[in-house]
Amino acid sequence: MKAYIQGTGCVSAQDSSIFPETIREYEGNRLPVADPDYKQWIDIKQIRRMGRVIKMGVAASHISLQDAGLKMPDAIIMGTAYGCLADTGVFLNKLVTQQEDMLTPTAFIQSTHNTVGGQIALLLGCHAYNNTFVHGAFSLENALQDSLLFMQEDPSRKVLAGAVEEITDYSHAILSRFGLYKNGVAAGEGAAFFVLSAEKNANSQAELTAVEMLYKPASKEETGSHIEKFLNRNGLQPSDIDLLITGRNGGDDSYYEAIEADLFATQPVAKFKHLFGEFPTAAAFALWMATGILKKQEAPKAIMVKGEAPAKIKRILIWNHHNTTHHSLILVSAC
Amino acid sequence: MSKGVWIAGGGVICGIGENLHACLDAFEKMQPGMATMQHLHSVHAQTFPVVEVKAGNAALAERAGMPAHWSRTALLSMIAAKEAIQSAGIGELKQYRTGLVSANTVGGMDKTEHFMEAFLTDQSKGRLKEVVHHECGSITELVADALAIRHHVSTISTACSSGANALMYGARMIRSGMLDVVIAGGTDALTRFTLNGFNTLMILDQQKCRPFDDTRTGLNLGEGAGYVVLVSDAVAEKVKPWCKLSGFANANDAYHQTASSPEGIGNYKAMQGALQMAALEPADIDYINLHGTGTQNNDSSEGLAIERLFAPAFPPVSSTKSFTGHTLGASGGIEAVFAALAVKEGIIYPNAQFTTQMKELPFKPATTFSRGNTLTHVMSNSFGFGGNCSSLVFSK
Amino acid sequence: MADLKAQIIQQLNLQEVKPEDIGNDQPLFKEGLGLDSIDALELIVLLQQHHGIRIANPEDGPNIFYSVRTMAEYITAEKSKTA
Repeated sequence: MKAYIQGTGCVSAQDSSIFPETIREYEGNRLPVADPDYKQWIDIKQIRRMGRVIKMGVAASHISLQDAGLKMPDAIIMGTAYGCLADTGVFLNKLVTQQEDMLTPTAFIQSTHNTVGGQIALLLGCHAYNNTFVHGAFSLENALQDSLLFMQEDPSRKVLAGAVEEITDYSHAILSRFGLYKNGVAAGEGAAFFVLSAEKNANSQAELTAVEMLYKPASKEETGSHIEKFLNRNGLQPSDIDLLITGRNGGDDSYYEAIEADLFATQPVAKFKHLFGEFPTAAAFALWMATGILKKQEAPKAIMVKGEAPAKIKRILIWNHHNTTHHSLILVSAC
Repeated sequence: MSKGVWIAGGGVICGIGENLHACLDAFEKMQPGMATMQHLHSVHAQTFPVVEVKAGNAALAERAGMPAHWSRTALLSMIAAKEAIQSAGIGELKQYRTGLVSANTVGGMDKTEHFMEAFLTDQSKGRLKEVVHHECGSITELVADALAIRHHVSTISTACSSGANALMYGARMIRSGMLDVVIAGGTDALTRFTLNGFNTLMILDQQKCRPFDDTRTGLNLGEGAGYVVLVSDAVAEKVKPWCKLSGFANANDAYHQTASSPEGIGNYKAMQGALQMAALEPADIDYINLHGTGTQNNDSSEGLAIERLFAPAFPPVSSTKSFTGHTLGASGGIEAVFAALAVKEGIIYPNAQFTTQMKELPFKPATTFSRGNTLTHVMSNSFGFGGNCSSLVFSK
Repeated sequence: MADLKAQIIQQLNLQEVKPEDIGNDQPLFKEGLGLDSIDALELIVLLQQHHGIRIANPEDGPNIFYSVRTMAEYITAEKSKTA
């Protein structure tokens, strides 16, 4: 089951371009999105009610549709681990401090997890299939998988797939208390969307060859073995991968180190979280970046960890894991 | 690849019964579960009847085999999932490529809202134990881990249609040959967050709700969990499945963030899409389990959409939310179990608290419980915020 | 009524709308300011929070919230009841 990426759109700590001059490096443990002027995509009358994460999602989805030259998708499928935190926080705050009195409906309705997907549909007038996955570090991957399955049913369908995440003061404080942002690991946020099509054409930028998730492998060995089998299932060996993009975040990167040495000793390796931050749907940005790399056939120096990308970049494997329990594998190919 | 997707079993826990059999009993005896809240604490306790599961967390934890301090959402989920697996009779799950697709809207919010009380006074306060399972996905994983399901685990959250969408994703994975078995459905526990949220929308009834009644004034919130066991053709051959999931569709109303379009555009498209996939005509449907929340807006939109699609002949319809209340993320799953069982046992569920037919509709809901009807095809509707409309069709 | 307009703008987050932009008799819903059912609920909260008035029946909304003037008149009437 594969599809073609016809368009991409992204609102992140890196703006919409990372080639090669405009890369922003950050200090500190919180990489905020540089909010663009959302009025470019959203009418002032609707913007007033939209939380930040919704604005990010709407903007990124519109950019991707425009990039793909598509007016109306046949499905809107997305993922978010934390959902609409800002409005959840506002409502909870009022709930507690006002003792369940005089609460505001706007914050409540904005807090539901499928609000972003719903708003995208509303603004487009899109009556098509609409789904939202809320499964931590597998949210994006499930959205991609659902997209592939949906297109498998009817290959004429075009799917708008993506992911969003936001940081709020409350969420950052709480997640920091869990010790997530030590040793240079920085929190990130943003929205990334892709227009997917089962049919290739002149606008196709890259091929989404395969997506897989691995939940709670028992060991590094099992993980390495699974990655190898994943590649084999797609007719490949680890040595066929022209660029390995990993979710190294400067924290515990031991799995990456071990398996890179074992399976990808001679392949170029890159990372992306120093540019976008660490958050459950971060792999969406790796995918956005990989699409750009395949299209331009060059990889920015700032992402490389080991070696240099070859002149001809045909196959990129994105391997990201959260806490060693949630591994996602996304295989992207030039087309 | 599997041409068919079968229902091998189902489990439910909600405010009218701690298992499926108890729920059926309540339907048969016409005992809706609305009452004053006992387990949730809220300033609105005396104002709004709710349909709580009639057990505290300690008792639920014991049945679930989970720690009592875990989120009620997880406890309910585990109980219903276990019942579903047991009823399916397919043997050990580990012999199959098994997935768990669970839906919820609140996640661990029942614990989080308590945490916030301390946290808001001082950000170093509040016990982290209470927010470690806040995320919707974390709740699903507590259950997946307890059931030793590792092959596929995912969570969907699309408001009130969540549970139905979980079945759709599970079915797609089975059809494509990715999985053999999927436990699919949803769970949600009552929380102050949702109670107050719905109150700000002014759609809560201070009496027992009256779905599809002309005098209706709102919904009652409920809680619970419901899962079906979806299996492939190959697995279905080993057991006597309840029925087939023959069709499903999800469409978006794209009208307003929370209100449905007056004509129920999304509702209509979802029902039509489900029929199309099942290669059925409207006249083939023998019973519809309505979304039927009891709000002015939903029942009107849903009713008009049904009128448009099914006229001139209307199948019997009823809303089981007149008994269970609106269980949000669980409703699609709970009602899928009821609908699948309806095909198997020929059950038409009663619509309680009904007196007056809606002026705009040429049909009214069934008001008595009956078994042994010939129901070859049954439809179940779930329509949520964000215009998210889902419809499932179960067939013999 | 100027105060009321400022409260409305704040409660509904009407960015880039100034009190002077809202006419006293301008319809607030549908045309005019283009508010919707969620805004009506927000205005109900506004009445409660700023003026201590509770509206039990949301169906009364369209009449009370027709325009800034009708809102102001309703507030005055309700306050004089309790005075």
